Parts: sequence; structure tokens; C-alpha cells
Amino acid sequence: MKTYEQINQRIESGKAVVLTADEIMDYVDKKGLEAAAEEVDVVTTATFGPMCSSGCFLNFGHSKPKIRMTEAWIEDVLVYTGIAAVDVYLGATQLRHGDPANMYPPGEFRYGGGHVIEDLVAGATLQLFALSYGTDDYPRREIRTYFTIDDLNQAIMVNPRNCYQNYNVAVNDSDRTIYTYMGTLEPNRKNATYCSAGQLSPLLNDPYYETIGIGTKVWLAGAHGHVYAEGTQHTGACERTPDGVPTEGAGTLALTADMKQMKPEFVRGASLRGYGISLALGVGVPIPILNEQILKRTCVRDRDIFAPVIDYSGDYPQKTGKTIAKVNYEQLRRGEIEIDGKTIAVGSLSSYFKALEIANLLADEIRKGDFLLAQPMAMLPRDNAMKPLAIREKAS
Amino acid sequence: MNETVTQKLMLFFPKCECEKPIIYHLVKDYNLIVNVYRAKVTPEEEGYLVLDVTGTPADIEKGIAFVRTFNVTVNHTGKGVTRDEDRCTHCGQCVAHCPTKALHMPNKATREVLYNEAECIECLACIRVCPFGACASAF
Repeated sequence: MKTYEQINQRIESGKAVVLTADEIMDYVDKKGLEAAAEEVDVVTTATFGPMCSSGCFLNFGHSKPKIRMTEAWIEDVLVYTGIAAVDVYLGATQLRHGDPANMYPPGEFRYGGGHVIEDLVAGATLQLFALSYGTDDYPRREIRTYFTIDDLNQAIMVNPRNCYQNYNVAVNDSDRTIYTYMGTLEPNRKNATYCSAGQLSPLLNDPYYETIGIGTKVWLAGAHGHVYAEGTQHTGACERTPDGVPTEGAGTLALTADMKQMKPEFVRGASLRGYGISLALGVGVPIPILNEQILKRTCVRDRDIFAPVIDYSGDYPQKTGKTIAKVNYEQLRRGEIEIDGKTIAVGSLSSYFKALEIANLLADEIRKGDFLLAQPMAMLPRDNAMKPLAIREKAS
Repeated sequence: MNETVTQKLMLFFPKCECEKPIIYHLVKDYNLIVNVYRAKVTPEEEGYLVLDVTGTPADIEKGIAFVRTFNVTVNHTGKGVTRDEDRCTHCGQCVAHCPTKALHMPNKATREVLYNEAECIECLACIRVCPFGACASAF
């Protein structure tokens, strides 16, 4: 048994024993659970993939004379201005003005909110255009200027939904190609897409949210941030294996961090053909090894984690709840799965390569004493279900 | 010298050379086996042709010399499809769509996506499916 304080003391003195979630299983197999729990202080987890529910709050400071922005665009991408005078919210999936979207399907969605966020973090010079109705205290009616992230007072990323605990495997059972947020799916179940770091993924290493909670310090694209709430669509009450590993979406995290501290290689705008824009982000979450049980759960392997295979041409859009099969991540990572005697090529939208890089970067920061852990101030719900949206004829 | 080799060629056609049966002569007069990946040869427009030619080195050399007599630019080293290593996140979305495994993940531990240009048949599937715009076509 260890406490957060003891682990942080070891980190500060440069003596912390830190392993990645990719290394810990073999280590525990070799040392035994009891000895390893005594020895290991932190296991680092990570993921890198598209997180559509991403965005950022930006504060521009005031021009002379001042403006109260009521409509604004950055690089022709609309930002939300229904907040204070020169604050805006930029959402990752916002399309650029004039993007034909799916008018001539499949749309290419070459540039949008996710790309603006990527460009901001990369230090690019961007155009701001804003309009206003003008007030006595904010008389300016229009502004066009160019800025970089360094010119902003604040650039704070918020991900209302990040780090999905587990995720679907998408296939297409129809006879035409379909275009989804899970990528292009060829007809007749020719290919499948998954999107999880599996055994390296944060919430799969802490399936019951024993250490990851509100206030947990995280590594978000290179910046030190934290979990500020349960993520949207967080569903603690989900189907689980006997070891507690969810076999469907389940938990999510809401994250925030200062974009000025982020590294551009972990912030990437994504164009999903026929679907839209997203933002791929790298996240690292440290798990303090407080006891043997927590360590044991970080030893989860790809073969122990099952994901539901779902038809995105019918069952997903029509919300039938039907699952074709359950496959594990060891099978998925072979690049082929077999269902009903048919071999299906498997691709991923989540980068294990980048996730591994992040888990190692975070482990190095902790070993060097540069990243201390934070004890959650509140835990994530374990028993809440996800509600559907009812279509009502009238207000009752 | 009778051993055959395969070489990838990119031919750029000026407007005036589109109507001549150059490929026919490569096959008939120079004993070359041709495998065309991509072609855009339209009258009144500039065009291109990306192909593999297989034959003896001497025949290939003579064939290329013949093509050059038509004011066609021949590029031996050009890459029809390129991957920007910095844009690639190694997610592996392309791997399931690449028919020749030119894009592949040989190291199962690191899961790094590698691109073997020699295996690429320029189907352009990777360009369509890459969310990060990492792959690009020369044309």
C-alpha cells in the first residue's frame, strides 16, 4: 500500500519506478504481483486518436477602439462568440465557411476547426475576422487582423469527451461504400476499423476509475492538464468482463490544458472523407500503483479486451443495438479478423505508435521529477447509464 | 544481358504527342512487357503515363531512347505516390486499404507504418482514406 504523497515524494527525489502499460505485464509476470506492487510507483498509459469533442477557448485582448465580437471566423472557420466580448470558442468539427460538405459526396473536408487548432499550436499566423453590432462601450463594428498563439492572452483546450474507455469496431454490411467517422468502409464487410490504444489506453488500465477521477493530472499533447469532469456520454454502468474490462464504449474523460504548452506533433487536424473534420490528440495518464489490485488491472493485455463489431450501414445509424461479434485487440492488431468464415482487413484510427511514444515521454517526465501526480478530488460515476434522445410530439 | 529487369517510368506528354501509339512500339519493337498504373492521355491536353517496363536492360534503354524521340519527358526516379513522414501518425488506417501492402506495419511491437514505394501500384486508396493528408500524388 502506497499513498499519493509517498509516490510524489519518490518522484521528487528522482527515485520513482515508472513503467509503461506496454511493459508492466511482463514485469509483473517476472517479479510477481506482490513484489512488483511494492516496487513500481507509476504505470503510464496513453492514447492518440481523433477526439471530435474537442475545442478551445481563446481570448484575444482588446483592440483600440474595442469590439464586442458577435460573429467571428478564424481562417474562415466560424467560432462561437456567445460569451464575453473578446472570448471565442473554436470547435474541432466546425467546417470552413463555404465548404461544400457532402453536397457532392463524399466530401473531402480538407480544412476546419481541427486544422485551425493544429495550426495555432504549430505557431502559424492566422486571420481573425469579426463583426459586431456596436455598443457605447464597444463601438467597433468590424475587425480583421492576423495573430499567432503568442498574441493571445489565453488558449485553453477543452475536450468534453476524450479517452473513450473502449470503442466499436466498424464494418459495412451494405453493398455500397460508406463514409463514416470510423473511416471509409468498403461494402460487404471487406474492411473493419477500430479506434483504441487497447492495453495502453488510460481507462482500460483503470477500469473501475479507482485512480483516474476529477482532478487527475494528465499529459495532454505535451502540456500538463487535468481531468475537469466526467466526459460527455460517460457510461459507468456498462457490460464488463469478469475482470471489469468494459466490452463497449463505457467511460470517458473531460480534459483541459494550456495550448501554449502543447507540442504540435500531438495535435493533428483530421479530415474524414464523407464525414467531416476532427482533431487527433495525444493523451497520457499516469496511474499511481497504490495497491496490488490497481497494479493487477494495469496488466490488462490486448487479448483480454473485447470490442463489439457493429454494422455502420444499418445497425449503428438505426440504433438497433445489434452487435455482430466481439473481437479482442490482439486479433484486431493482426490486421485481419475472421467473422462467419470471412476474412476482413482491419485498419485503425488510433495510433499505437504515437500512444507508445507518449507513454514513454510521460514516464521520462515522471522519472525526472518533472511531473507530479494529483489525487482526484472526486471520482467518476460507476453506475450511470446512457440515456437516448426521445422524440416527443409535443411538450408534456 | 538477357536477364530481365523491371523499371518504373513516368512519361510526360506535351500536347502534340498524345496520338502516337508509343506503348504499342515499346511492346512490339523493344520486347518490353508494360504494366500501366495510371494514364491521362487526352487530345489537346498535356498528359502523363506511369508504368512498369520489364525487359533486358538493353531493350529498356533502347525503348527509353525511342520514347525520347517523341519529345516525351521520361522520369526514372519520380515517385507517383509519396508519404510525408511528418504528417503520418502511424494510425494504420491506410494499411487495410492498401492492396499490395506497400503501406505496412512490419514491427508488431512499435506498430510503425512503413511505406515501400516499390510495391505501390498507385491506386491512390491511401490518399482517399488518410485522415491526416500524409499521402500525396504527383499528378
